[in-house]
Amino acid sequence: MMGPVLRATLLKALVVLLAFGLLAPIIVVAIASFSGDGYLKFPPETFSTRWYARFLGDARWRSAIVNSVFIGLMTSALSTFLGFLTAYAMLRGNFRFKKVLASLLLTPVIVPHVITAVAVYFLSARLGVVGVRPWIAVAHTVVALPVVLVILQSALRTVDPALERAAMVCGCTRWGVFRRVVLPLAFPGIVSAALFSFLTSFDELVISIFLAGIRSETLPVRIWNSLLLEVEPTIAAVSTLLIAVTSVALGVDAVLRRVRG
Amino acid sequence: MPLGRLPAWLLLAPALLLLLGMFLVPIGWFLVASLQELGSLAEILEEADAVLLSGAVGGALINTLWISAVVTALVLVIGYPVSYAMSRASGLAFTLLLLCIVLPYFTSTIVRTYAWMVLLGRNGLINQLLLGLGLVSEPVQLLYNRTGVIIGMTYVLLPYMVLTLYAAMKAVDMRLLQAAESMGATPLQVFARVFMPLTLHGVVAGVLITFILALGFFVTPALMGGPGDMMIAMLIEREVELTQNWPGAALMTIVLLVVTLILYGLYSRFTTDEKGAMP
Repeated sequence: MMGPVLRATLLKALVVLLAFGLLAPIIVVAIASFSGDGYLKFPPETFSTRWYARFLGDARWRSAIVNSVFIGLMTSALSTFLGFLTAYAMLRGNFRFKKVLASLLLTPVIVPHVITAVAVYFLSARLGVVGVRPWIAVAHTVVALPVVLVILQSALRTVDPALERAAMVCGCTRWGVFRRVVLPLAFPGIVSAALFSFLTSFDELVISIFLAGIRSETLPVRIWNSLLLEVEPTIAAVSTLLIAVTSVALGVDAVLRRVRG
Repeated sequence: MPLGRLPAWLLLAPALLLLLGMFLVPIGWFLVASLQELGSLAEILEEADAVLLSGAVGGALINTLWISAVVTALVLVIGYPVSYAMSRASGLAFTLLLLCIVLPYFTSTIVRTYAWMVLLGRNGLINQLLLGLGLVSEPVQLLYNRTGVIIGMTYVLLPYMVLTLYAAMKAVDMRLLQAAESMGATPLQVFARVFMPLTLHGVVAGVLITFILALGFFVTPALMGGPGDMMIAMLIEREVELTQNWPGAALMTIVLLVVTLILYGLYSRFTTDEKGAMP
């Protein structure tokens, strides 16, 4: 039999190895993106920012950045707004079919994105809205809404209904209660929700492949189209940008969590 | 403040309209309109018979089930010790473990897939390591075949399993384990007869969610697989984008949708609280 100390050490070693394995691919891409070599090689022999220069020097990549940011911001605004109304109603409302509604609202996460994408494409082709950026944002909102709901429901759960009642007793209107009590208390949660819905849209690929058309390629769609041809180092630079955006979002969220306590 | 029925429905209305207009109605319309192209019910069933039992679709279905099962098993085996360590860690160790899970989790699937394409290529890090260690004499083909698909999908799906298992393991009362130990149970017995049964619902939930997500996978197998690794979601995309075969796509969609929803129904039974293990 192994001693308990030995066993604990082995488990720790195994976990460190696995955890490192999870992070390693992302770190490798980030390092490889600064390679100065002509093709992808790890570890790189020389370092440079040539792939970033090529990435940012290309008009199609630049327009992909603009499209991604634009669609991401619209998705974030729309899904956070809709999600807030829904989360508040789900928490304070008293109506039938609440359970059914709760699982219905989460189904876009479960239904394979390719199905949602094909179906929305079917509709969009008939309406002639393939490649229209606000329309892509509306489609992204369908998959971002469940993310927002989970975050906002937990944020709103910490708002004591007694505080809302007290404000109302003191002569505040419903709108006043909402603006002066609920909104400020839930604010860090709302920012988190906005952040993660932006990220959901910014990283979304499958729906975008179908809806982007030629004029509204997002960054993931551009990566997809180039990867189908070859594994070129410019994509390492693009990927590193996406990883950086994710890291910043997670960092801001961590700070917000501390604020929320 | 409790809300009345009318104000509650008014607040819910915009989200419900979106869900209806951009999700439920398009899926329903796509399926009904595509199948109507085929004609009467008898003709639809005949076509369903022909399409679903054809070599390409049948093969894709078998690939999908097989790849999903293997990936789910691997994800469970790798995810279990990591989740266990996470549920027992605190302070800096916990923060670091969480980072290792959460950063990949929120990184775009295509970036994570690309990362493995870089690692597994002929001149990639993995082949360099294998050659350097003398385990192989020439580069191994790890990409554009089944191995690549399984490695890539396992990596992409691992965080879902870990986060689900973590929630179940965190809820276990450590005093129960101590009690079993103090009454003479060996560590193996404590694990097999106390810890394992208490976290079993988490394992079932994690396995189901991983399998459900694997069934609908599209990006990773399309980029990392070879011609023999066609999965059902890829076939649906191909029917629509390349051949505009809407009826065929609709029939395959129905199969994928029904299987997914049945498994989701099972999953809902295993997650007791409404939060579940959603992101």
